[in-house]
Amino acid sequence: MSIAQDKPGSAGPDAVTSVGPGVGATEVSAPAATGTGPAVRGLASRRRWEFLYFAVHNKKLIGATVIELLFVVLALIGPLIAPYDPNKFVAAPNLHPSLHHLMGTTYFGQDVASQLLYGLRDSYLVGFLGALFASLVGMTIGFTAGYRGGLLDEALQLVTNIVVMIPSLVLLIVIASYLKTRGVLFEGVFIGVTTWPWVARAVRAQTFTLRERDFVDLARLSGKRATSIVIKDIAPNMASYLFLVLILLFGSSILLAANFDFLGLGPTNTISLGTMMNQSMLWSALNLHVWWWFIPPGVVITIIVAALLVANVGLDEVFNPKLRET
Amino acid sequence: MRRYFTRKIITYVLAFVVGTTIDWGVPRLMPGNPVEIYLSKFSLESNGAWQSLNKVFTQAFGLNVPVWDQYWHFWYGVLHGNFGVSYTDFPEPVSHVILSAVPYTLALLVPAIVLSYFLGNRVGALAARRKALDNTVLPVGYVFQAMPYAWLALAMAFYLGAYAHWFPIGGAYALGMLPNFSWSFISSLLFHWFLPFLTVFLVSFGGWAIGMRNLVIYELEADYARYLRSLGASQRLVRKYAYRNAVLPQLSGLALALGVVIGGNIVTEVVFAYPGLGDLIYKAIINEDYFLLQGIFLFIVIGVLLANFLIDIVYVIIDPRTRLSMQGSSA
Repeated sequence: MSIAQDKPGSAGPDAVTSVGPGVGATEVSAPAATGTGPAVRGLASRRRWEFLYFAVHNKKLIGATVIELLFVVLALIGPLIAPYDPNKFVAAPNLHPSLHHLMGTTYFGQDVASQLLYGLRDSYLVGFLGALFASLVGMTIGFTAGYRGGLLDEALQLVTNIVVMIPSLVLLIVIASYLKTRGVLFEGVFIGVTTWPWVARAVRAQTFTLRERDFVDLARLSGKRATSIVIKDIAPNMASYLFLVLILLFGSSILLAANFDFLGLGPTNTISLGTMMNQSMLWSALNLHVWWWFIPPGVVITIIVAALLVANVGLDEVFNPKLRET
Repeated sequence: MRRYFTRKIITYVLAFVVGTTIDWGVPRLMPGNPVEIYLSKFSLESNGAWQSLNKVFTQAFGLNVPVWDQYWHFWYGVLHGNFGVSYTDFPEPVSHVILSAVPYTLALLVPAIVLSYFLGNRVGALAARRKALDNTVLPVGYVFQAMPYAWLALAMAFYLGAYAHWFPIGGAYALGMLPNFSWSFISSLLFHWFLPFLTVFLVSFGGWAIGMRNLVIYELEADYARYLRSLGASQRLVRKYAYRNAVLPQLSGLALALGVVIGGNIVTEVVFAYPGLGDLIYKAIINEDYFLLQGIFLFIVIGVLLANFLIDIVYVIIDPRTRLSMQGSSA
């Protein structure tokens, strides 16, 4: 591969390697995933087939995708197959899991399995919205800063560095404590608005290495407008990398939302996996040993996010020949 | 060197200004008049009483002056360490309430961050390109990394606390004890500290181990590592150099992860009712103690900025290139 193999970190303290605010320091192998450079069309399509070949033969990727699809389907059809209304009091309180109530009932006699099926949808939605908004803002800022450079870059980097340092959970706590009703959209947008710096940093660093390349110069000489160069020449060359970043953002948004919801700051009008944990704690599930109320939602979140992380590694191996197991 | 730190300090000062401005602005941008919200708790019957109280409180909170004056007053208060009076612990000043909770939070946070960082890096580096170890470290790391703090805390509190009774849950020491320097008190303190610490530690540990593993794999494939190997250098030496290079991005990752770990710490404290800042926040949410929330927010912002600055200094110490380039560009 002809791409400059600068190590993550060689650019000094501001180097971008960590993506994913909710997942500690998840590493995206920064330069590795970048694509094929000034691709001749034929070569590009051959590469694509090559990626597909490695994707189909990558056990991590396949396994994780299957798990993820399973949960997405469950989230989509959940309300249809849920045996009970998640908010209705359908049975005696705190029933152990049984055939009638696969995951038992809550303190109020609500069916935990039904709540889980409904809540799944909310968690996915928040994850999706968070990743969407974060990538929209982050890509706009990252591309602008990386492509324009100069003073604008300095200013945008300053903004990015400042937003990174404002702790988002605490900020949400302050904001949410004033809002009496909150929806899924609010939560998703808020997560996006506070986590975009990870995308911006990553995109900026990549754009920086790409904009010096010959094919970008050529595009510039041909009189193309800057936005069109960014969209048609630069972005496709880091598509694989962007994809990895998005997957991690998706996972971290789900985790962040779980924490918000757990503190009782989540959507006020729906059930999510986090609000289930919140309710269970408020109604002393710990001391009453009602483990079936708070263990399942956490297990589901862990599986969803872990599958995303594994898919990320799998994709990384697909895109980056160096990482493939020989 | 000077230029590097000037830039950093400008960023930090601006971040502080932004943080303070947000802290000041959020209550003013939110729907609803804070004084009216406050008065709604009193269930006043006569309209006249409501009106006069409204006037008194508007004056008491300094809301009767122009917005710009309110802004400067806020800054004046912040710079004098005056965050107002807590509503829950009336008439205790917010700064006192916060300062009495900070030691507990730091006692959880600092060991958890430092230990998970060092151990995670070590284990991750060991696992890289070693089949057997990798196959255990990788899945375990992913599972821990993918766990919501709140849930891991709940699960631990349940299985090791409420169910097995190995550890107490709730509080920083046993009920009915008074803080003193006796062995029984200190052991009680440690017992109560262990589970929340373990929660924060485990989640971060997974993240660092995975991150380090990936970075070391990259370093081991880098040209300098290949060159070293072709010279016949021992695997140990190559790994040593790989580790040194890989630890740099991990350090910038540490600065980025601070906010997340603090968030995780907050939920963990809530689960264990551990009397740090997290527990305080939770109580402030429930009691709608806005001054307290604002104070905590600003306090955490300051903490994050200081920690970032510390990490910057460490970075300069361990990466000779930053020092060299700084000397070069100082002209």
